[in-house]
Amino acid sequence: MGGLIKSSIARKVAMALSGLFLVFFLLQHFTINFTAVFSPDIFNELSHFMGTNPLVQFALQPVLIFGVVFHFVMGFVLEIKNRNARAIKYAKYNGGANSSWMSRNMIYSGLVVLAFLGLHFYDFWVPEIVHKYIEFAPEDPTRYYTELLHKFESPVRTGLYVLSFVFLALHLWHGFASSFQSVGFNNKYSSAATKFAKVFAIGVPLGFVIVAVVLHFTH
Amino acid sequence: MSILDSKIPEGPLADKWTKHKNTINLVNPANKRNIDVIVVGTGLAGGSAAATLAELGYNVKTFCYSDSPRRAHSIAAQGGINAAKNYQGDGDSNYRLFYDTVKGGDYRSREANVHRLAEVSGNIIDQCVAQGVPFAREYGGLLDNRSFGGVLVSRTFYAKGQTGQQLLLGAYSAMNRQINRGKIQPFNRHEMLDLVKVDGKARGIIARDLVTGKIERHSAHAVVLASGGYGNVFFLSTNAMGSNVMAAWRAHRRGAFFANPCYTQIHPTCIPVSGDHQSKLTLMSESLRNDGRIWVPKRIEDAEAIRAGKLKPTQLSEEERDYYLERRYPAFGNLVPRDVASRAAKERCDAGFGVNKTGEAVYLDFASAIQRYGKEKALTSGIHDPSPDKITALGEEVIESKYGNLFQMYEKIVDENPYVTPMMIYPAVHYTMGGLWVDYNLQTTVPGCYAAGEANFSDHGANRLGASALMQGLADGYFVLPYTIGDYLSHDIRTGKIPTDTPEFDQAEKEVKDRIDKLMNGSGQHSVDYYHKKLGKIMWNKCGMSRNEKDLKEAIEEIAVLREDFWKNVKVPGSKEGMNPELEKAGRVADFLELGELFAKDALHRNESCGGHFREESVEQSGEQKGEALRDDKNFKYVAAWEYKGEPKDAELHKEDLIFDNIELKTRSYK
Amino acid sequence: MNLTLKIWRQSDANSKGKLVDYNISGVEGDMSFLEMLDVLNEDLVNKGEEPVVFDHDCREGICGACSLQINGEPHGPDRLVTTCQLHMRKFNDGDTIYIEPFRAKAFPVIKDLMVDRASFDRIQQSGGYISVNTSGNTQDANAIPIRKEDADDAMDAATCIGCGACVAACKNASAMLFTSAKVSQFALLPQGQVEATERVMAMVNQMDEEGFGNCTNTGACEIECPKGISLENIARMNREYMKASMKG
Repeated sequence: MGGLIKSSIARKVAMALSGLFLVFFLLQHFTINFTAVFSPDIFNELSHFMGTNPLVQFALQPVLIFGVVFHFVMGFVLEIKNRNARAIKYAKYNGGANSSWMSRNMIYSGLVVLAFLGLHFYDFWVPEIVHKYIEFAPEDPTRYYTELLHKFESPVRTGLYVLSFVFLALHLWHGFASSFQSVGFNNKYSSAATKFAKVFAIGVPLGFVIVAVVLHFTH
Repeated sequence: MSILDSKIPEGPLADKWTKHKNTINLVNPANKRNIDVIVVGTGLAGGSAAATLAELGYNVKTFCYSDSPRRAHSIAAQGGINAAKNYQGDGDSNYRLFYDTVKGGDYRSREANVHRLAEVSGNIIDQCVAQGVPFAREYGGLLDNRSFGGVLVSRTFYAKGQTGQQLLLGAYSAMNRQINRGKIQPFNRHEMLDLVKVDGKARGIIARDLVTGKIERHSAHAVVLASGGYGNVFFLSTNAMGSNVMAAWRAHRRGAFFANPCYTQIHPTCIPVSGDHQSKLTLMSESLRNDGRIWVPKRIEDAEAIRAGKLKPTQLSEEERDYYLERRYPAFGNLVPRDVASRAAKERCDAGFGVNKTGEAVYLDFASAIQRYGKEKALTSGIHDPSPDKITALGEEVIESKYGNLFQMYEKIVDENPYVTPMMIYPAVHYTMGGLWVDYNLQTTVPGCYAAGEANFSDHGANRLGASALMQGLADGYFVLPYTIGDYLSHDIRTGKIPTDTPEFDQAEKEVKDRIDKLMNGSGQHSVDYYHKKLGKIMWNKCGMSRNEKDLKEAIEEIAVLREDFWKNVKVPGSKEGMNPELEKAGRVADFLELGELFAKDALHRNESCGGHFREESVEQSGEQKGEALRDDKNFKYVAAWEYKGEPKDAELHKEDLIFDNIELKTRSYK
Repeated sequence: MNLTLKIWRQSDANSKGKLVDYNISGVEGDMSFLEMLDVLNEDLVNKGEEPVVFDHDCREGICGACSLQINGEPHGPDRLVTTCQLHMRKFNDGDTIYIEPFRAKAFPVIKDLMVDRASFDRIQQSGGYISVNTSGNTQDANAIPIRKEDADDAMDAATCIGCGACVAACKNASAMLFTSAKVSQFALLPQGQVEATERVMAMVNQMDEEGFGNCTNTGACEIECPKGISLENIARMNREYMKASMKG
């Protein structure tokens, strides 16, 4: 990893690539979750596949975890470096005049998302691992939908979930489009790519929110 | 009287430079490593000279008052750089460039120098392109040219309206390469305060570190002054705020003759002064006169009404306007040379026809160009019976594509839309043709002290043509000085390092420190700017666009009185240790107060009108040229080089007779 | 108009500075921002106080010497101008104006509002040039045709005046816009190709060593740049850097 972060541009590109990877994961996650709204069976089937397929479990899952950890560790490293680059702050700084709130506050939107991920691990991933690899409980391919419903029973939990995804949207609003620039993609197709990224940044988190809200109110 | 040897090589004009280069002494590469050269000023001339000298192997130290060489005022040149490349196939040649420059300079420059300038002009463009200077190109990928005033060919290379910037960044990048190699040691935020002579030769300088205030000694085998012009003696000019004459003036006081100080270029198209708070003037490119028509109201009542804000220029009909350049100079019209256009504007304003609140502005009107281009555009785009509004809109589009950035700059500064209301312009001090006297090798009268670029007097005579300043600066720095200086340095290969702990350095440092103490210990009645503005007023009113004996004599007296008052009563706050811009300004103004007097003395002695120097006593009395400038070749066909003798008014005149073997002297006529 | 100025005063690099209030009256709309400060300074000098120190020179927006963070923005609220071209008509009677130096670790304060931007010079010295000697025998300028579009893009990048507004505006004090403008100019021209790999590596390394922050693509630099240098240059530098890294 030393080589990857040896220069500011390398760090920036690494940040963009890990971000793009997570965006891709998010899309896949969203697709599976969204099936829960219209077909508990498909949802169970896909979840069962993801939860038990060895390739997913032992190859993709570690890569994903690495991606997440890398992205947020790097985020912290960059934030600290960037703060050091301006030791004395401005008494008056009018950032709103030249940049969006989202672009200036990636660390905060990122921290909220990270907090949610903590919750998600505690809530979902840890019990899953315990269930599968420590207790070796027998697999029930239809358990996933019921468990999902259970998660969205509490209005507080659902509210937190919705809030987290609002911050994810803010994070993606800047981050996704920005990653194109970081990897050097800035040409006549850029404005179309940016539009797509912005639609994605709103659409996907909104989709997650819809799943949560629908399940909360219909069950 | 004449002890001036210009050292022009023998032989036919076109062969002089080649022959000279082939016969002068060289320094072998191993010896160059033992030779130090100081370059003061890092604009086009200094930057290019420093880079080239370092490439050759000399150890170079550069000095500039800015925080970076890249900020030298060469950066502000807009229009372009001339070169006799003949890429347009319009019959250009070295001879034509030479001829145009000598004629444009009103036959007051040295033939051999100007021809050399023309010879190396093409190399400059090659060199700059190789460095990555992004000159404008045509769709075929080859370099584009535009034409400038006073010539009949297209030979001006340009990079948008920022040619000076791009050329300076080119020279700066060449410097950077040498800094990276350790061959140039840059001393930025340093100011040269004196020249040190040892055994009659220039052997170093005393400089002040502007950040710490420390006075430093720097020695070298030769000193190159490329410190620019002295237009700021007028306080208001298009020069940068820091542009000053200190380096050149200190050398003058140490024995370098100052040549033709009165030759000043006043540029006709600048944004007028808006009030007493004004700190500098902004130039609007000469190219605007291609399409703009210059006028004032015909009736003085209308001018008064406009000044009072009761009348708008657009309310005056064609018959009520006086297009005075077209009236006086039907052949050249609005495209007469800079000096002629400037004087004509002043004449109208002095007669009471000025159009802004101070009465010192004329109109530069694009309305007819907008209509003309609009109709053309409608025709070529196949629009039949276009409405007047449509024509105006189309015309404005064309004007915007040609001059958009200038119009935007005007609007930012003046807060008026120049597409709707005519621009207001007035002449302003822009460039000084005079400077340190140098021989063909660019050496001043102090052995080992060289001058390059605007700091010397050599190539522009009494008037400089547009796009020639950049050419001269780079020619001197890249292609002339690095070779001619070798001839001098070849005698220094056994000298060894010049020590700085000698009585000469002690003495020079003491004088510099005493002077600073004296400046710091004024009675504290008036600020430095107070004196600078007063000097500027005297210069502008009495040594400005038109000059006469009475005014000039008064100016000499008034400047001397002002200088005395300055030394007694100036107020410099803060301390001499550390950053103190007021102290820097004080030192510069002190020198301007001496130069101004010599300037007036030179203008007084030159009782002829030539180029930028117009004497009211020397005008054509009859015939078609009645009232126009009258040159006096019989009595004044020489360079006036002044030797310092204590007070500026006591300076001693030395003449270098100008010999024209290749060009016939003629009257410039624009009627 | 009458204004309240809150100006950063700091006597030298090692002292602590603070904001000091000044009231100024009789400011005219036609004055440039720096001329307004001239009036204040003339006043201070006449009162026997030390004038406010700030960098400035050409006062026509091209030398890049003037700086100033004005009400939280480099070169103030107007667009595509430097502080010397900012006019007081952009402000209103009774306004309070914060005037601070450009802030970055790589731009230490020298005095008051004047900062040391030598880090920019060192970035350029590390490789911002084409290695060609002044021989007088360089090949003819028209020997290599260059597409007009490339020449124009190179020119647009080359218009950078090195003022540091990009660094001052950036929340991370990143110098990517400045560095990329120079890298781009040469990357777009055939003359610049030979040293392209070494150039981008050296310049980026130097930029990092100077202590500038990282680019997070907020785009503030492009908005505040008085010369309108485009973010495309940063993308181009990123590409050039990746290309160079792969070459080793």
